[in-house]
Amino acid sequence: MIEVTDLSKRFGDKVAVDHLSFTVQPGRVTGFLGPNGAGKSTTMRLILGLDHPNSGSATINGKRYAELASPLRTVGALLEAKSVHSGRSARNHLLFLAQTQGLPPKRVDEMIDLVGLRDVAKKRAGGFSLGMGQRLGVAAALLGDPQVLLLDEPVNGLDPEGVLWIRNLMKQLASEGRTVLVSSHLMNEMAVTADHLIVIGRGRLIVAAATEDVIARGSGHTVRVRTPQPDRLTDLIVAEGGKAVPAANGNGNGTEPNDHAPVLTVSGIPAPRIGELAASASIVLHELTPQLGTLEEAFLELTSGSLEFGHFNAEPVSQSTEGNVR
Amino acid sequence: MSVTVASGQLESAAANRGHRAGFGHLLLAEWTKIRSVRSTVWTLLLFVIITIGLTALITWITEANWNGPHAAPRDARALTDPTSIIFGASIYLGQLTICVLGALVITTEYSTGVIRASLLAVPKRIPMLAAKIVVFAVLMTVVAEIVAFGSFFAGSAILHDRVSVSLGDFGVLRATIGAGLYLMIFGLLAMAIGTLIRHTAGAISIAVCIAFVLPILAGLLPDTSFWNHVNAYLPVQAGEQVYLIHPPSPQLLSAWEGFGVLCLWAAVLMAIGAYLLRKRDA
Repeated sequence: MIEVTDLSKRFGDKVAVDHLSFTVQPGRVTGFLGPNGAGKSTTMRLILGLDHPNSGSATINGKRYAELASPLRTVGALLEAKSVHSGRSARNHLLFLAQTQGLPPKRVDEMIDLVGLRDVAKKRAGGFSLGMGQRLGVAAALLGDPQVLLLDEPVNGLDPEGVLWIRNLMKQLASEGRTVLVSSHLMNEMAVTADHLIVIGRGRLIVAAATEDVIARGSGHTVRVRTPQPDRLTDLIVAEGGKAVPAANGNGNGTEPNDHAPVLTVSGIPAPRIGELAASASIVLHELTPQLGTLEEAFLELTSGSLEFGHFNAEPVSQSTEGNVR
Repeated sequence: MSVTVASGQLESAAANRGHRAGFGHLLLAEWTKIRSVRSTVWTLLLFVIITIGLTALITWITEANWNGPHAAPRDARALTDPTSIIFGASIYLGQLTICVLGALVITTEYSTGVIRASLLAVPKRIPMLAAKIVVFAVLMTVVAEIVAFGSFFAGSAILHDRVSVSLGDFGVLRATIGAGLYLMIFGLLAMAIGTLIRHTAGAISIAVCIAFVLPILAGLLPDTSFWNHVNAYLPVQAGEQVYLIHPPSPQLLSAWEGFGVLCLWAAVLMAIGAYLLRKRDA
């Protein structure tokens, strides 16, 4: 379990993490979500003892990282920033890490096989592709068979196969009862990977809840209504305190292809009540579809006002090409 | 790609749980780090070959152009203090190489980002630095003594017809061992600066300034008792006593006193570096 309590970190007069508190429970994948520059990487570095907090604390299984006797056997971390010497082979990188923890070299070879780097294990890590580098990072994180894993933007720059690999790996690790905290600025990726979400913006906690709840929290709940009598229905909805706006007359899923009746997007009134209103006024409905908000919408709504671009440090702008990988 | 993490594999590590990593493990890890980067290995090899080769070349030039002690001051010096001719080249060049190596040993951790992996593995930080110091010092002692003795044997063999010098002569064994130790400590001094500065170019520049520029500037100091003392305690001026048998002018510090002062310089800088390593964000 990871416990972050009232954690703050300033770089000069720039506040990167602002009185942040949350806990990460074992047995599930916890997504750590926030726009670029929200303080995700800094928070992870504070948990890992790489940076020193200005106030507050972060503990792993009740201990500060620096107090862990064999840290790599307790915590595995994949940092976003590169941490491999380009002139050193993958195997030697893992070997020296294993040696610091008194792990046998056999363990290094097991991890190389696990991440599928056997063919290139003796090659200089400088020649690795992004995906191979990420696999090496995962091997380093899993080296000590840790109970707690922190992965900072693990799918950044990976191809769809790599994304799937990381996603399944995280789920598997969580299912084994490990604590898995994974940061990302990709909402869609988190929606399918994380069971629980911690959303931050400008270093502050915005919400910590189950993924469904975060999605539900977004006000993106609307009802798509198709009716030949939109004006009458709109009046009824407005009288009921709702809002109805004409929507594009496109064909939604399951819509009759030849139905050209106007479409309304109704908010503020649940679908059953809209049906009742229509029935009471004998209005014909062709379609009545509740539209669930997406995590992306919920996220944008939650973090609006905490977005920050072109600020000083923390997180380089990542390749956004992965934005649509599902 | 399948992720059947092979629970068997993970369990095998779990089975190893319990035996805690000690300082010996950290030494092993630092040794792996240093030997697994080809540039270090090649630099060391070239260091040995070039310094011994240059010693051979310079003593050969002296030998080949021998005019006799009355005609050439160099020949006079070769007669009165042959070791100074022998070590002159190897120490000068050796100092330069070793400044680079010492700085690189720590600054590449920062430039490549390996420092993050290192500190995640050893979050108390100081034991990592201590292990690095021990491994680098041992390796440098071996290499620098090979250079010192190699230079001595090559140089004395070439000069043999003009002047005979052996390890049994007064002060020669001390000077030869001292030349190696001097280079080793200078490497640690450069490493300390690397720990302080964390940037390769900056650390090397400062180390080279201490080795080559500071002695020249110190030569401009006024010849008063106070400034002579200041001069005597500077790293190079103090440290070089350990490989000089006939210092050019009477010195304030003896061979081992001077060497001790150089060690103190390295130790103080390293202590500040260690303090900052602990204190700073990585």
